[in-house]
Amino acid sequence: MLDVNKRKTMLRQMILVRAFEEKLEELYQRKAMFGSTHSYRGQEAIAVGVCSALQKTDLIASYHRGTGHLIAKGADLYTLLCECMGREEGYSKGRGGKMHMGDMGFGFIGNTGTVGGTVPTATGAALSARVRGSKEVVASFFGDGAANQGVVHEAMNMAGLWKLPVIYVCENNQYAMTVSMEKSTAVKEYSVRGAAYGFEGKTIDGNDVEAVYDATEQAAARGRTGGGPTFLECMTYRWDGHFGGEPGTAYRTKEEIESWKQKCPIKRLKEKLIQEGNLSEAEFQKMSDQVYAELDAVAKRAEAAPLPAKKVELDAIYATSEVGRG
Amino acid sequence: MRMQEALRDALHTEMARDDRVFVMGEDVGLFGGAYGVTKGFIQDFGEKRVLDTPISESAIVGLAVGAAINGMRPVVEIQFSDLLPLAMDQLASHAARYNYMTGGRVNVPMVVRNKFATRSGGGPSHSSCNHGAFIHFPGLKIAMPTTPADAKGLLLSAIRDPNPVLFFESHHLYGVKGPVPEGDYTVPIGKAVVRREGKDLTIVTCGGMVLKADGAADALKAKGIDVEIVDLRSLAPLDKETILKSVAKTKRALVLDEGPVTGGISAELAALIQENLFSDLKGPVVRVAAAPIPPPHSPPLVDAMIPDVDQVVDAVMRLAEGGKIA
Repeated sequence: MLDVNKRKTMLRQMILVRAFEEKLEELYQRKAMFGSTHSYRGQEAIAVGVCSALQKTDLIASYHRGTGHLIAKGADLYTLLCECMGREEGYSKGRGGKMHMGDMGFGFIGNTGTVGGTVPTATGAALSARVRGSKEVVASFFGDGAANQGVVHEAMNMAGLWKLPVIYVCENNQYAMTVSMEKSTAVKEYSVRGAAYGFEGKTIDGNDVEAVYDATEQAAARGRTGGGPTFLECMTYRWDGHFGGEPGTAYRTKEEIESWKQKCPIKRLKEKLIQEGNLSEAEFQKMSDQVYAELDAVAKRAEAAPLPAKKVELDAIYATSEVGRG
Repeated sequence: MRMQEALRDALHTEMARDDRVFVMGEDVGLFGGAYGVTKGFIQDFGEKRVLDTPISESAIVGLAVGAAINGMRPVVEIQFSDLLPLAMDQLASHAARYNYMTGGRVNVPMVVRNKFATRSGGGPSHSSCNHGAFIHFPGLKIAMPTTPADAKGLLLSAIRDPNPVLFFESHHLYGVKGPVPEGDYTVPIGKAVVRREGKDLTIVTCGGMVLKADGAADALKAKGIDVEIVDLRSLAPLDKETILKSVAKTKRALVLDEGPVTGGISAELAALIQENLFSDLKGPVVRVAAAPIPPPHSPPLVDAMIPDVDQVVDAVMRLAEGGKIA
């Protein structure tokens, strides 16, 4: 079992990921944020479990519901929030918004709004690792909806063929926007597809951060030693609607949502730590208060940060020199 | 040296010089590429740097994007430009946009080579000239060599460029011979060239159409009309300066393109010239381009679709009505 400090760090990270989503929602409601949100509440154990098991030199690629992955991999909260809010000091200088960023400085290849679009990108980064003979592993986050995109199939076939060091983290929250898995997918578990590409696929409890950590650690070890990719299907549930302002109740029952809230990944680890005598309710409360207070302070700064000047940046479409791997 | 050999020379030179460069595509390995450009590469550089891929254009380009972001310099071969639309999302929404959308934090130094040209026997899915479609996506660079020397020089520049370069190789030009400088020879991307000097009229064109423009210029010389030919060499960025300088001198312009006339590079050039030089022009900018139909199979149908020398001569004579040109 993981040591207590590591697990407490993961608990704090999960609270931070959730608090960030709640902050975004608040900013969105106040119209202080441009574009919509894609809440990650309920799925925090996946981002935190996977990224905690990776090394600093490992890489991730993300998707539209991606803020949790970035935070767990080490993004700067102020710069991230600035980007969500279209500020000049954001990761992409306000050009990308929360769905379009990238910074190899902390091993973040990128995210885009094309569902499944970064799965080949992650796979290509893993191909680079193989050609260079490096020990990097790449985690490719995507949702259950993306699993049905053609390019995902193509990329996974190549990854299996060339035994690339990539971990396909399918966050199965059971709804592709509003369409349920049973209405969109011919199989009951996406993980069976691993076999179709010649590598291991398994379905795990995505709300159990320790299970996610362990599975990632095994998959990363496999990737690092030439054993090839792993398909990790993490079963979970998004508490909120697909995007901000969409309540998520037209296609799901209140009972179903409530039952998944009972399986809250934060509550689960918290209660386990308390039961073991490694955490007290007061300690948890303090941890949580600190996280929310820290985020409030960051949000105040971000809200006061300037928007970009009104200008067309024609020169910005091309790189003038190589950015490199950070 | 033929253009194929010039391309091979450039690619081989750069792979020997820079071990970040690798090639991937369908049949590029043992077979040496559909057009022989990578013949023998697998023996010289090994299977790790010369990757035969499955038939998966979208993921081939997508993996190249990820490998480029993660420190490599992929050179991809797509056998026909007709197949580029399969990879459109990866080209247009990923490769092209990363630098801008990440605020310059992530760039994509990759090359996508492809063969194009409408010719009999190719038919609707194997002989498209769709280069004009890609000028619509800011962030891509687009090169199109006409001579073997330019093929080498542009390809070396393309591989060294920190941006994604779409590289169009004309089927009609692969076999054309010409002198090619030895060693490290580059031609800048974004620079057009005056192929033939003249004083009465400028033909702005690119790729295989440069040869037709030359044939037309010979025929027109006999009629006393002195034609200047500007070969674009790059469609993006477009060398506006060279184009406008030539037309400002001759005061008449004909735009010649092998792609369908609607909305492509010919439309762009015509607009560029009249917007900048309207009051200097002695006549309207004339467009001669392919008919806006899918490329057909049978020779007479192809001949009817694609501009030929007579059509160019006729168009110039119409512009020169009443002998006003001389």
